[in-house]
Amino acid sequence: MKTDGIGARVTRKEDHRFLTGNGQYTDDIILPRQTYAAFVRSPHAHATINGIDSTAAMAMPGVVAIFTGKDIEESKIGGLPCGWGITSKDGTPAIEPPHPILCIGKARYVGDHVAVVIAETPEQARAAADVMDVDYGVLPAVVSTGTAAASKTAVHDQAPNNVCYTWGHGDEAGVKAAFDKAHHISTLELINQRLAPNAMEPRAANAVYDRSSESYTLYVANQNPHVERLLMCAFVLGIPEHKMRVVAPDVGGGFGSKIFVYAEETVLVWASKRVGRPIKWTADRTEAFLSDAHGRDHVTKAQLAMDKDGKFLGFRVDTTAAMGAYLSTFSTAVPTILYGTLLAGQYTTPSIYVEVTAVFTNTAPVDAYRGAGRPEATFVVERMVEVAARDMKMDPAEIRRRNFIRTFPYATPVGLTYDVGDYDATLDGAIKMADVAGFAARKAASEARGMKRGLGYSSYIEACGLAPSNVAGALGARAGLFESGEVRVHPTGKVEVFTGSHSHGQGHETTFAQVVADKLGIPIEDVSISHGDTSKVLFGMGTYGSRSLAVGGSAIVKAVDKVIAKGKKIAAHLLEASDTDIEFVNGEFIVKGTDKKVPFASVSLTAYVPHNYPLDKLEPGLNENAFYDPTNFTYPAGTHICEVEVDPQTGKVEICAFTAMDDFGNIINPMIVEGQVHGGLAQGLGQALLEDCIYDPESGQLLTASYMDYAMPRADDFPNFRVGNNVTACTHNPLGVKGCGEAGAIGSPPALINAITDAIGVKHIDMPATPERVWRAMQTAAHA
Amino acid sequence: MSMNITMTVNGKSVTAAVAASTTLVEFIREHLRLTGTHVGCNTSQCGACTVHVNGRAVKACNMLVAQAQGADVMTIEGLAAANGDMHPMQAAFKEHHGLQCGFCTPGMVMSACELKGKLTNPSDEEIRACLDGNICRCTGYQNIVTSVKAGLAAMS
Repeated sequence: MKTDGIGARVTRKEDHRFLTGNGQYTDDIILPRQTYAAFVRSPHAHATINGIDSTAAMAMPGVVAIFTGKDIEESKIGGLPCGWGITSKDGTPAIEPPHPILCIGKARYVGDHVAVVIAETPEQARAAADVMDVDYGVLPAVVSTGTAAASKTAVHDQAPNNVCYTWGHGDEAGVKAAFDKAHHISTLELINQRLAPNAMEPRAANAVYDRSSESYTLYVANQNPHVERLLMCAFVLGIPEHKMRVVAPDVGGGFGSKIFVYAEETVLVWASKRVGRPIKWTADRTEAFLSDAHGRDHVTKAQLAMDKDGKFLGFRVDTTAAMGAYLSTFSTAVPTILYGTLLAGQYTTPSIYVEVTAVFTNTAPVDAYRGAGRPEATFVVERMVEVAARDMKMDPAEIRRRNFIRTFPYATPVGLTYDVGDYDATLDGAIKMADVAGFAARKAASEARGMKRGLGYSSYIEACGLAPSNVAGALGARAGLFESGEVRVHPTGKVEVFTGSHSHGQGHETTFAQVVADKLGIPIEDVSISHGDTSKVLFGMGTYGSRSLAVGGSAIVKAVDKVIAKGKKIAAHLLEASDTDIEFVNGEFIVKGTDKKVPFASVSLTAYVPHNYPLDKLEPGLNENAFYDPTNFTYPAGTHICEVEVDPQTGKVEICAFTAMDDFGNIINPMIVEGQVHGGLAQGLGQALLEDCIYDPESGQLLTASYMDYAMPRADDFPNFRVGNNVTACTHNPLGVKGCGEAGAIGSPPALINAITDAIGVKHIDMPATPERVWRAMQTAAHA
Repeated sequence: MSMNITMTVNGKSVTAAVAASTTLVEFIREHLRLTGTHVGCNTSQCGACTVHVNGRAVKACNMLVAQAQGADVMTIEGLAAANGDMHPMQAAFKEHHGLQCGFCTPGMVMSACELKGKLTNPSDEEIRACLDGNICRCTGYQNIVTSVKAGLAAMS
């Protein structure tokens, strides 16, 4: 096997620049004649804007320009679009209120964009923003997700009861019939709390208009520069797409939060032509908390019907999901298409029905955050299964086994068809790795020390590799979800690959290079991967939903196959053979059954120096591109097992061990996959144990807007994770891969909560399981 | 109010006139254009801006440049050898996949190097406790702990 090809633990090509301080993130870029923007943000959750007086601010040192919603209104540009249309169960479309890039008439959440001040330095911009005189008329705020639909206040006039849509999915009558014949119905009410994504690089943008070419360039911390360009040009600013270049250079983490088209960068592009100078904005951390799209925020009631043997008969889920004050780019799809369709989990439950009420609240918009809908679905399913096991007095592993899907392909009652999997193997593997057999002894040892010990399972599934465009379209997507790849072979045989995927920590420059080097039989040093620049890459749908390798990697493989096919024709000419007799092995074109061969670099040189070349039949050059549109989602799945110790005196939870046995299909770079799992686990366990985005329920002030208030997971919050893989190869993409980016965040929260509730003997505890919450739950249980 | 600042940065003497309110990290990034040092929070919580000042790991967002008058400052750009070979800690982070997006990495590496004088054959738990001041959102810390352990061993 090649030591740097598919399956090898290759260290990352991108690391040297990051480790030596040579990465280039958006804020590192300073353009000639640079100016800086500061946004005037609403200090109120809900207020009319009665007037804005910029006089004092304009007189401040260094101020170049100030724009408000009035300027936006007069320029007749569009608002930020929502990329996914959802239809309510009564057939009406979701309500999509205007989303202006600067507030027009009203501010709808703390941090909403009221005006922008542009100045010579960031300090001058902020100082002038501070003296902007805005006359607010404070209104009552709608804050709580659970009660928004009953509020007398409306966030938008278009939605008087604050309901964006009520989406129903599955077989409601079938579920009712299952409930009627059930031996037992388990119930569960839970909250999946709001989270702030917290990529360590705050969002940033730098926009410039070039008068000579009449075109714009936007540098932006973003996960999908072509989507950013398309939406901004076509739906908001009316700029011809070929007059706009979007560059997402090194990006310091995304986790979903940098998918979306935000007001800030759109304002910068719009203003850059008016100002005639480049404008840069970099969020400070509090701005990031206030204005990055948040994640999760569901209030859910679930019921599971079973027969006397614990076989699942019917599952009903009713969820209220917060949209926040405006619809962010993919907000509507997250609690529907990415949530309701996953409620079968790994189980054969024949009837499932889910109803989701999406509500507007005077809070930051909510959108995709690592896992996006699937962690919420997994939390409901895997907590519900745990409650069911306890109700039925069954072993939690046994109730899972009793209901596992074992024949593939399997069409779930909620619209997905799982192509392949082996859920027994991942469960069994996790049980072994976690030494569940030794748990009783460990529990006894804990109890001897006065501590409580618990064990929790989570057998998750996710739908990744977003997505078959026709399926997504039928479900309401307003864009395709293919990916592009271009393989440019230079005359010397060195290869440059351009991908529409975007790497912001995932290591594509290494993983994709491994794939190409392996397929072409050349050293990995001879391959470079370029991404993140619309002027270089053909087109791209970007990176989210664990799609980069499954979709973007597949596009690259298709393009490599085209290169090899053309190379065979060139080699056939050189070797005076028929191209059907040429095979490509380890970087050499060989006439089958002979020792006649020509190396890859000779073929590439011939393609560009076509002196001896079939010019009548073949174009010179060796450069191919491909678009790949998947035929199905991929379905990574696995079992996570968490073991905790709880101090009954303080309620403090210690994660003693965490085991993840996953099935991601084939693995290109095990080192990178393990890293993705570790990171996902930290985010999932961070949600379950630490993190909570809290708004004051009356004022709508964000109470957790700094690292003093929002508990970010730190190194000493976790033990070393045990991770392993069981491979069933994806059946429908050329690499047999499924995706690994989100699994940790999806699978881990219910495992931890199942372990804690097992330890302290309560049915449920909401996340995050802070010491106070755990202690209170123990007191309540003790006095029940 | 402007003031004159002189210090050594990565072995070179630098002199500049800056506003008195300038923080050390602003000076490093905006005046010296050494952009390897990052700003993740500007409130000394995340550690992305960690540099060495007179051999101590310091959060450069939480220090005025005036406080570093005359100091010997080292940033991530000064860590590798003159011939470009990475410092053992940098090499360990690469070898053990101790970074993903790279944003927290310079601060993490600078914090890790300072542990050399503080810990001898540290356990994972000790390393985790010492990295408490640096937030990473990507790695889940496990490979950072492995990297730091290997890096400290290689430094001795």
